Parts: sequence; C-alpha cells; structure tokens
Amino acid sequence: MSKYVIVGASAAGLGAVEAIRKVDPTGTITVITDETCAHYSRPMISDFISGKADMKKINCRTEEFWKENNVEAVMGKKATALNLTEKTVQLESGEKISYEKLLLATGGKPFVPKTEGSEKDGVFTFTTIGDAQRIAAKIDTINAKAAVVIGGGLIGISVTEALVKRGLKVTIVELQDKILSLLLDAKGSDIVETVVKKAGVNVVTGQSVQKILGKPGNDGVVGGVLLTKGSQVACDLVIMAIGVIPRTDLVVGSAVKINRGIVVDNLMQTNIPDVYASGDVAEAYDFIINQNRTLPLWPLAILEGQVAGYNMAGKTTTYGGGTNMSSLKYFGIPIVSIGLANPKEDPMLEVLVKQDFEHNIYKKLVFRNNVIVGITLVNSIERAGILFYLMKNAINVKKFKQELLSDDFSWANLPVGLQKKMSLVQ
Amino acid sequence: MVKRIIAKQEVCIGCGLCEVYCTVQHSKSKDIVKAYNSERPKPISRVTVERNKPVSFAIQCRHCEDAPCVTACLSGAMQKDEKTGQVTHNKEKCMGCWTCIMICPYGAIKMDIEGHVVTKCDLCQGFDEPACVANCPNQALVFKEVKP
Repeated sequence: MSKYVIVGASAAGLGAVEAIRKVDPTGTITVITDETCAHYSRPMISDFISGKADMKKINCRTEEFWKENNVEAVMGKKATALNLTEKTVQLESGEKISYEKLLLATGGKPFVPKTEGSEKDGVFTFTTIGDAQRIAAKIDTINAKAAVVIGGGLIGISVTEALVKRGLKVTIVELQDKILSLLLDAKGSDIVETVVKKAGVNVVTGQSVQKILGKPGNDGVVGGVLLTKGSQVACDLVIMAIGVIPRTDLVVGSAVKINRGIVVDNLMQTNIPDVYASGDVAEAYDFIINQNRTLPLWPLAILEGQVAGYNMAGKTTTYGGGTNMSSLKYFGIPIVSIGLANPKEDPMLEVLVKQDFEHNIYKKLVFRNNVIVGITLVNSIERAGILFYLMKNAINVKKFKQELLSDDFSWANLPVGLQKKMSLVQ
Repeated sequence: MVKRIIAKQEVCIGCGLCEVYCTVQHSKSKDIVKAYNSERPKPISRVTVERNKPVSFAIQCRHCEDAPCVTACLSGAMQKDEKTGQVTHNKEKCMGCWTCIMICPYGAIKMDIEGHVVTKCDLCQGFDEPACVANCPNQALVFKEVKP
C-alpha cells in the first residue's frame, strides 16, 4: 500500500513528487518506471549522442533524488494493468501495488509509421536515453557514415545536429513542405533550412520514406531508403523522429476516459476519482486555442505534474494552461515559438513581422483583439519572456504594439502600472 | 525573506555603469580592460538597463518565489535554494536550451552564446552588496527585503 503511486518517472512524475513533498513530507510515494535510468533530462538525449552531455550531466535532479524525497522507486519494471475498483497497479511480474491516489504520467511513445523494412538492423526511434545509447553505440560499432532522419520537426532537428557533430552525413526527410512546420511559418523555416544545409545536411521536403532498404548482400541491415517520389538515399542508420503519441496502453480498456490522450480537468483529474494524469499522456488546457489538447513538452509536463501532485496531496491547485511553446538551440540559431506560429488567414488576427535576412533574424507576432496569441523569434530571442508575459496575462498591447518588435524593446516600453505590478520600479 | 534589487526609475540616468561593474565582477580577471577586450568566453553583464527615453531602469533576476525558470528548466541547472530564497544557476548542468529565456517574465536571463549556456544575476555571492548597487552613481539601485 502506497499513499501515492506515480506511473512514469520523467517530467510529470518528477514534478508531482516535488509538489507532493511540499505538502505532505511523509506520505508514502511509489514511482514505477520501465526505464532503468532515473530522473534524466529527455530533451538532453541528443546532447548525449553528440558527446556534449555524459550520463552525469543528463541527470536533471540530484543523484539522491529518490532518497531525498523518500520515494520508493520501482525501476525497470513495467506497469501492465490497472484495477480501478481494487485501486491497484499491476506490474509485469504480477505484483500488485495499491494506491490511495494515482498519477498516470506514462508519457508519449514514438509515432512510427508503418514502413516496409522498419525491422532492419539500424532503424531507431528517438525518445529515451536507451534509444540514444543504442544509436551512439551503433555509430561506433559499424563506423556509421550516413543517416536518414525521418521527421523535420523539433526532435528530428535535434538528433540531426547531434549526428552531424558525430561526423555523419545526414538527410532529413520531412513530409510537409517545410521543416519545423509546427513552429515556424515558411519564411522562418527557410532561414533555418539554409543554416541546416550550410552545416552539410541534405533536406528533403514534401516526401516520406516508402521503404527502408537493406545493404547489398545483407538485406537485414539498413543500407538506404526509398523515397515516395522514387529516389534513393544510401545510409547506415534510419532514425524515426516524427513525434510522440500519448502512451495510453495501460489505461486502454479501463474506465479512464481517453480521447487522443487521457482526458483531464484543470486539477489534472481524470473522470475516475483519485486518478490523475499529467504530461505527454494527458490532454491538458491550451490557453491560446481555449481547449484541451496533447502537448508533449517538458516544461508543461513538469507544471502539470506539479498541479496533479498538489491536488493529490490535498492542496487544491488549478492548472493555468500551456500552449505550443518551444525554444530551440540547434545549429547555432536560437529560436522561440509560442502559440500561433503560422495561422491561416483570419480577419480576427493581426500579424506584425520584422525581418533581417542578412543576419538570419525573423520576428513575428500574431494578435487577436490586441492581445498577443503568437510569438515567433528567430536569432533574436532574448526578450521572448517579456512578450510571453504579455501573452500569458492577455494584456492589451494596443498602445505599444509597434514597439514590441523593435530592436531595443524592453520593459521600459511597457506601462508604469505593469512595471510597478512586477516590482521592477518603486 | 530574500533581499531583492529594486530600481528607482526617477533617479536612473541610464548611464549603464551597473552593466560595466557587473561584467567586471563576473569576469575571470576582474580587470575592466581585460574583461571587455580579451577575455574568452566574453564575460556578460547579468543586469540590463531598460531604456525608452526619458525612462530608464535596470533589471536583473528577481529570484522569484515561484520561479517559472526553475519549473521550466530542462536540465535541472536552475534551482530554488529554499534556505536563501535565491534562484541559482549551475553552469555545468546548463544545456543552453534557452527555455528559461522563453519563460522569464522579466527578460532577466541572458544568453552566453560563446559558452552555450545562460547566465543571470547571482546577487554577487560573497559580497555585502551586489556590484550594480554598490557602484550606481545615483543610488538608483537599492538592495533590500521586499515582499515576494
């Protein structure tokens, strides 16, 4: 019997542990994870491949995190079944752990499109440290020279940079017409594509991989890919980096309500009493589109986990919502994208743009009723947080709208009332 | 209660000396000429003078009670020290992902591009007063306890 049982030990699980311990220093906490590496930073796995981060650096909490928080960590074991009446979680071994409050923080699993040849040796997904270790080891063992990365989104770009740093020739294959299409509009994407190509990466857009090919004389080993328009790319590795989908396996078939992800309210509660969900597996509130959706993002998972943790421990806390928001560091071109990046023509929306292509700078703001609902910043991101503050608090920016994109925009451009509210001035 | 640096906008003349002293304080050499001309990675001022003539005032990390940068940090580099109330940044752990920059409502976190990390005000650990406060010619910066 554990007072709190948390399935999943990544961002949402960690956030929940920390929140529970702020309210309840003694209630028993059990964390179950099928991974064997504890509390590591998932976004840092590309740095592990590139060699920039070792196993010590990738640990995003203290070495003694479980001990310090008095957590019973069940590592390397998979939770396979829920019994909501009995209030137990069953492990693969058959062992049952009963709970008073349960958090489902099972995260996401890589989306892998059905592709002929995907069982070949040399095909990898890219979401866990295990994936990163296997890829790094493979590069060394076969002295890999070339890789195809399927997916030109955030994950695809991150693994591409790591592989380039390891000296591989990389081809990105992106189904959409532009890379990073969820984060940037065409102009922003073009800047990044130019930079990525300059680093020696081959970018193929508007196509996907129809077949993974074997090596001549050794069909079980990756030798290349066949693209949908008929051309071939030779490679030693194929990385599936399209994205993640909610990892709902544990709850499928139970009474817990699932849409795309697990449905939760603003306390991160599911439809079942005492059962909560957070992170990539949950559909939490997006304050820009004003509805719940899956958003597989580390900072939001921590925040949602915290909200669940507080509520599980009896401190009522409401989730204020997140939105699609990412910052990127790859290929030396910093990017921030928050909210609506590339909205369709809409008379309700106003768009302001500032560009300086010579310096790879592109800034774009989207407004609805004089409130910021979209922020895109390429290679000029240092004031992003101020803009996000205005967005998150739905502040009417009509009076200083034109200043928001100026090169020297700062808190000094904002009303004294706001400066005082934020205790910036007396 | 943690002491914070508060700007007196009405007496700030926007001279930028706070930035200069902060840069030197956080340089390896502690020498103004070397700090600005030769040191690599280039020392960075953790305080910024926000200017919109005639208004100016300095901003640095507010060491928030419920710090969004700590929650959002992907690497665990940004931490809240429960004892001192300060938000600390561990450069060794930082992965330079810029998430804290995206999330800080004050725009108080700076990019150390050469170091591939961020940097921010540490309230000049080990000194009675932060360098920006001690060296402001107009006493436009005050170091005092304020309500979070």
